[in-house]
Amino acid sequence: MSTVSTRPIAVAGVARAARVRRYGIWLAAAVVLLALPQLIRTGTAIAIMNQMGIAVVFALSFNMLLGQGGMLSFGHAVYFGLGGFIAAHVLNLAGRGTLWIPVPVLPLVGGLGGLAFAILFGSFSTRRAGTVFAMISLGVAELMAASSLIFDRFFGGEEGITTNRSKAPLLLGLEFTRDRQVYYLIAFWLFVSAIAMYAFSRTPVGRMANAVRDNPERAEFVGYSQNRVRFVSFCAAGFFAGIAGGLFAVNYEILTAENMGLNASGAVLLMTYIGGIGSFVGPVIGAVVFTFLQSMLSDYTGMWLLYLGILFLATVLFVPMGLAGVLMLHAPAWRARRIGRLVGPYLVTGALALVAAVGIIGILEMIHFVVAADTTRPTRRLFWVAVAPRTLTPWLGFAALVVAGALGARWAAPRAAAAFTEASRPAATS
Amino acid sequence: MTPAVELVEVRKSFGATPIIRGVSLALEAGTRQALIGPNGAGKSTLFNLITGKYRVTTGRIRVKGEDVTDLTPYEINRRGLSRSFQVTNIFTRMSVFENLRCAALWGAGYRYSFWHRVSAARAVNERAETVLEQLNLTARRDVPAGVLSYAEQRALEIGITIAGGADVVLLDEPTSGMSRSETEHVVGLIRQVTAGKTLLMVEHDMSVVFDLADRIAVLVYGEIIAHDTPERIRANAAVQEAYLGVPQGVA
Repeated sequence: MSTVSTRPIAVAGVARAARVRRYGIWLAAAVVLLALPQLIRTGTAIAIMNQMGIAVVFALSFNMLLGQGGMLSFGHAVYFGLGGFIAAHVLNLAGRGTLWIPVPVLPLVGGLGGLAFAILFGSFSTRRAGTVFAMISLGVAELMAASSLIFDRFFGGEEGITTNRSKAPLLLGLEFTRDRQVYYLIAFWLFVSAIAMYAFSRTPVGRMANAVRDNPERAEFVGYSQNRVRFVSFCAAGFFAGIAGGLFAVNYEILTAENMGLNASGAVLLMTYIGGIGSFVGPVIGAVVFTFLQSMLSDYTGMWLLYLGILFLATVLFVPMGLAGVLMLHAPAWRARRIGRLVGPYLVTGALALVAAVGIIGILEMIHFVVAADTTRPTRRLFWVAVAPRTLTPWLGFAALVVAGALGARWAAPRAAAAFTEASRPAATS
Repeated sequence: MTPAVELVEVRKSFGATPIIRGVSLALEAGTRQALIGPNGAGKSTLFNLITGKYRVTTGRIRVKGEDVTDLTPYEINRRGLSRSFQVTNIFTRMSVFENLRCAALWGAGYRYSFWHRVSAARAVNERAETVLEQLNLTARRDVPAGVLSYAEQRALEIGITIAGGADVVLLDEPTSGMSRSETEHVVGLIRQVTAGKTLLMVEHDMSVVFDLADRIAVLVYGEIIAHDTPERIRANAAVQEAYLGVPQGVA
């Protein structure tokens, strides 16, 4: 009967393991957030990390709508932008001494601004779901774009609203003159917002948001108004988008109507979807990857938006569960301790796919060069090689790479898939 | 005693077509009743009227004495009336346990709270676990409801209906599409979970009807032609002619 006597200990162990898992991840996240600027010290890196932190808060708030609540919004940047504008104006008032609002609480001001407008616009848009909701969100975004031209004292017209974080009163002597100091402010609000958004998904109304997403009719027959559930989620999402907007105001000290435009709304949709809407970490991964590509690619090519578009299309077509979903697929192999067996097949397939990608990128860049770039120079550098797009040789070369890479990947992909299936089998119990 | 559900001259037309043509019916609290009738008689429409999914054209509906004619489904549900659906209607991407927990939230008073943690909502979690056991789905606790077998989904359908603690339960064809042994299990389940409650059930399987029901209402072309005990319904000539017929096999 030894199994009986050990069971309580085992149960306690399981409970402890669950607690460690639950708090351990947040603790690890906090450590990473604190350590990052010590490990990566260049100014550009800090600037990109600030941008990432803001994007993560924004993408997480967007997933409260899309992933958790089943609401596809084409106008979520409205709440980001309005929160940001309000924060910028409040910062200017604080700088003139009219208000005593120090910089660290400014994101909260942005959040309350986002919340106020989410209450206003949510009060009618959440009465509908699905396509109608999406259309209303688009209408609201257009409405705000038009308003930005009309109310140019608030939105600052073409130049936008500039502000200066160094003029605000200090809280506990904390100064925000350098990017690195702003980093810690963003990290703090990112951490707090992420915990709050995660906790929201574990509350009664957060669970019912999932229920309404899955089956709005049935939710009504267990006592919940689907409109009200959507409204509460919408307000929460607007609040956190406003916090992200407030962080943006502090970080960049400028807001323009573009920040709440359709492009910004589209970007948050792309990054959330690429990361994966099915899990909490998906938008985090998506925002980090998207921001990284955005800032890296735009240094190298004028066609970076095209590549992000291709990435989005590939996600929608081949891995609709997003990057996080792909990682989750490997959980069984990880548990069975067979993840190592996948490295080889994945590397081979990945390398061959990369060859094909280099070929495709080369051809696209040459097209771009011939069509759009200045005609005075005969060559440009592509993949560390000088290429002359007006001769035949590079076209043949890149086409050969595409063919070879694609054929190779077609040969290797089924083998990688077989290795995946094999590794994902449940481990033998004995 | 106030009837659990009372319909007064309820009529419902879709366009010019009358579907429910003046139904008056009172369900005594604490009884199990069945609503039978041929296909197209309006049984599901009547359910949709009682539960607020459709609006009546004329007439009044009362639940436990309170007029609910113009209320929404969720307002009616909050007054202690819950229903299941003929076509399985569950939260497919959520786990079985989450399905039941969501169904129990409002009844436990959590409303639209974003300041409670569901994991700490003791009464709700215990209620969901209890129902899970009653449904015999404990082994499937953490599986997404969408991947359950058909019979398991039908059981969960009933579970969602009763988890909120409603004392008036409407079940729309709970045994449709089930094998004999699955049907027997569901009949036992219904008997267990509706003890002391008022049950109104649409059912085509006559053995289930005569097994469970204290009283039977017969709906034919939008009118109640009889509402009586099973024995009298069996003997009722009008019912036999209109519905039971010869091949239905009342025995």
